[in-house]
Amino acid sequence: MSWEPRPVPEISPETAPYWAAAAEGRLLLCECQDCDLQYYYPRARCPDCLSGNVEWIDAAGTGTVYAYTATEIVSGWPEEHLPLVLAYVELDEGPRMLTDVVDCGPDEVEVGSSVEVTFVDTDDPDVAIPVFELRR
Amino acid sequence: MTDDVDAYIAGAFEHPTREAPDKSIAQLHAEVAAGALEDAGLAKDDVDGYFTAGENYQVGRYPPLAMADYLGLDVSYFDSTDDGGSAYVNHVGEAAAAIAHGKCDVALVTLAGRMRTDDRDQPEHDDSILQENFERIYGAETLPVYALAARRHMHEYGTTSEQLAEIRAAASHHAQYNEHAMYREPVTVEEVVASRTVSDPLHLLDCCVVSDGAGAFVVVSDEVRRQLARECVAVLGHGAAIEHHDAGRVDLTRTAARDSGQRAFDRADVGPADVDYASIYDSFTITVLQTLEDLGFCEKGEGGSFVEDGALKAPHGTLPFNTDGGGLCSNHPDRGGMTKVIEAVRQLRGEANPEVQVPDAEVAIAHGTGGYLGTRHAGSTAVLGRVGR
Repeated sequence: MSWEPRPVPEISPETAPYWAAAAEGRLLLCECQDCDLQYYYPRARCPDCLSGNVEWIDAAGTGTVYAYTATEIVSGWPEEHLPLVLAYVELDEGPRMLTDVVDCGPDEVEVGSSVEVTFVDTDDPDVAIPVFELRR
Repeated sequence: MTDDVDAYIAGAFEHPTREAPDKSIAQLHAEVAAGALEDAGLAKDDVDGYFTAGENYQVGRYPPLAMADYLGLDVSYFDSTDDGGSAYVNHVGEAAAAIAHGKCDVALVTLAGRMRTDDRDQPEHDDSILQENFERIYGAETLPVYALAARRHMHEYGTTSEQLAEIRAAASHHAQYNEHAMYREPVTVEEVVASRTVSDPLHLLDCCVVSDGAGAFVVVSDEVRRQLARECVAVLGHGAAIEHHDAGRVDLTRTAARDSGQRAFDRADVGPADVDYASIYDSFTITVLQTLEDLGFCEKGEGGSFVEDGALKAPHGTLPFNTDGGGLCSNHPDRGGMTKVIEAVRQLRGEANPEVQVPDAEVAIAHGTGGYLGTRHAGSTAVLGRVGR
């Protein structure tokens, strides 16, 4: 249920704090200081009101599964690590985040399953990938 | 209904090939361009508008330039809006708008792709670089993100695998009459559900074919239409929309068809009840089910019961759809929007395969979905009508 190390995402000045925080074991969201929207994926301007008055906040790192699939086919993904559980996790703050649910059998996951964030390494020691595991 | 029609589809042509290792992509474009113009009764030098999407990796970075050169076109208007598989349905609307504004009189639209022949072992890259860093690292590619949409629809509305399978069964019923269809063997609901699970809840037979292929159509002004011996099809209305993550509040049960369909129907001044035949983009069975709901053929969440009992089967179902076998069985040359337009034209001209021709089809729609239901996609809907001469 894992693929380590993961591909290293492209780091831009806009998203660097997000990946660096993940390497420290923290999941960040963006919060618009003008309209209060907390959103994901990170962007320098609020996708609701286009304000540039945006700050990083620490997410609680907990949520529930909104949708999931156990997929048997992923290009380039090692066969021994399939099926892969791809999911949208609805964070407690509201945003739905496309991610993986790791360290579980596909039959253990349901819509509504309670999950919490964990992190997997990449080849770059300064970058980690947020994923989720079931809260047991 | 046709009083204020700006544009007409005068010719259409689908390449018979489903596997073209011996032809270049540009060559395929040219063969269907010639076919569509011949079908319309027009010559190459009549063309003054050209539309093709930007998918032509063998053609180069600027497809309209490369292809205008290759085809020897002298055009006063061109466009390469690329919203994936919906692009060619969008080009219907864009060509009609260009004609309405006097930018051109004869617009050629072409597609060619070699999805089957070309190397498929390469990792799939989302063409949306902005977001792929938050998706590719999780293994989010075409198949599983559509499976997410299917899962959520099942969760919210109780939709079943058997109901999704009804869509494939209906398409395969049609494909048996299409000599060019890639898979002509009719399949049952039970066979679809028993096929291998590829990304649950989707099975192998919930997925479209992977084919090479090509297609083209020609959109003309009313003035040109009146000079042609060919029966033309009226572009009654067109609408487009984009559905996306909504700042992280993505709704997997909603598609862009809701807005694109409404816009197209409003423009055409008709509604879903007036539609005799529907070409519905069918990358996966779930794509069809959600699109039918969002276009208004049934209530949201009732797509599963709507497709039961052969509703989609031609010629006598409630809503005959994809009578060429569609992307699920016949042809999906990288993108399926082109064949959606072509089969709608065939139906309105009475030229579909006789066993699946809808009697007296007056109004048809062609709907394209480009991108991915599970992340972001475009919807493009064209309402087309038969013209009495």
